[in-house]
Amino acid sequence: MELRVEGLCKSYRGRPVLASLTAVFREGVTCVSAPSGMGKTTLLRLLLGLERPDAGVIHGADCLWAAVFQENRLLEDRSAAANLRFALGEIPGEAGDLLARLGLELRDPKPIRDWSGGMKRRLALARALLAPSEALALDEPFTGLDEENRARCLELIQERGRGKPVVLAVHGLAGLEGAPLLRLGEP
Amino acid sequence: MAPKLRPWSVALWLLAWQGGSMALAAAVPGGGLLLASPVQAARRLLELLPSAAFWRAAGNSSLRISGGFLLSCGLALLLASLAAGRPWLQDLLAPPVAAVKAVPVASFIILALVWLDSRSLSFFISALMVFPPVYLNVLEGLRGTDVQLLELAQVYRIPLRRRIWGIYVPQVLPFFRSASSLALGLCWKAGVAAEVIGLPAGTVGERLYTAKIYLQTPDLFAWTAVILVLAAGFERLFLALVDGLVRKAGA
Repeated sequence: MELRVEGLCKSYRGRPVLASLTAVFREGVTCVSAPSGMGKTTLLRLLLGLERPDAGVIHGADCLWAAVFQENRLLEDRSAAANLRFALGEIPGEAGDLLARLGLELRDPKPIRDWSGGMKRRLALARALLAPSEALALDEPFTGLDEENRARCLELIQERGRGKPVVLAVHGLAGLEGAPLLRLGEP
Repeated sequence: MAPKLRPWSVALWLLAWQGGSMALAAAVPGGGLLLASPVQAARRLLELLPSAAFWRAAGNSSLRISGGFLLSCGLALLLASLAAGRPWLQDLLAPPVAAVKAVPVASFIILALVWLDSRSLSFFISALMVFPPVYLNVLEGLRGTDVQLLELAQVYRIPLRRRIWGIYVPQVLPFFRSASSLALGLCWKAGVAAEVIGLPAGTVGERLYTAKIYLQTPDLFAWTAVILVLAAGFERLFLALVDGLVRKAGA
């Protein structure tokens, strides 16, 4: 499976953010890199169908997505398990192991508002990795994570993203040297 | 937040009331008729309690006023949910809601007496008073729904039922709770006022009116106490139910 965008344009209040972007996202991780405000999040939102392009076409994006957004988008007053239940319906059997690999405890009864920013970010990533999906859109999933947790998350993304397009918007490319790279905002 | 009712403060005011009533009775011939003492009111209440007529009146009024409240709450929730994404419906409902908020309740009571029989009056007036605060507050709550969570639900294809319990209910419940607390006070005051004007047989309002006609001030105070207890009891019961829903939504 692959996703293709052709001649994609998007402007906000007359300011072009994406100008005639053409790209292909094949199975596995594709990194999208750009300075802040240069269209990474916009591209992901267009792929997810949350916004319409001003021009251009997107092929193959009408599939089952899971995503990490720029914000965690968690139910702050609920536990980790309740957050997974809300998004996924039922908690998959592998959830406990996956969360443990991310240094999280599935049975922690505390509302996640009591968690640190890094723990919430990892839970948001776990939610995306556990959801049944045909493609993954990950918008800066390593925000607020230290090196060790970043490496753990990346390992899981590569493992769970096998066989599906994974569009990974990131600032730093450490550990991703071999992955295809799409740079936005370059002349 | 309103200051709490402290037992010592309540006792002090009851003592002042008792003293005022005794002083009036001593100073003016028939002064006891003008201001019954709390002891007389309590004694009268104890006399009323065993009678079937008392429970019938309390039951009739409670049923109609709380029935109007519940129906109106349901309607306000439904219409606010429908209007949240439809500005034209908000515009359509704005004039009647503003009118109900602004027009004195006595005008509605007299007007309703022309259309309805006196037994339905308190039900109708109670419903009328409840609608604006509940509708407006729920609408306000829905307007503040977290768009980011709605996008999450869209991407993860979360079914409507789970969206309602996970996103909308926790968002709206605090607004609904404060509105229904306010509306409960309003509906009992307006509902009993409607009964006093419409005089449906076997209701608390009718008993209040009778007490006024015959200058039975102990009865007047006793029935007023009954209204306070009924209103407070129903409010506690209803809000406990709402709080149970909040807990369930947060589970």
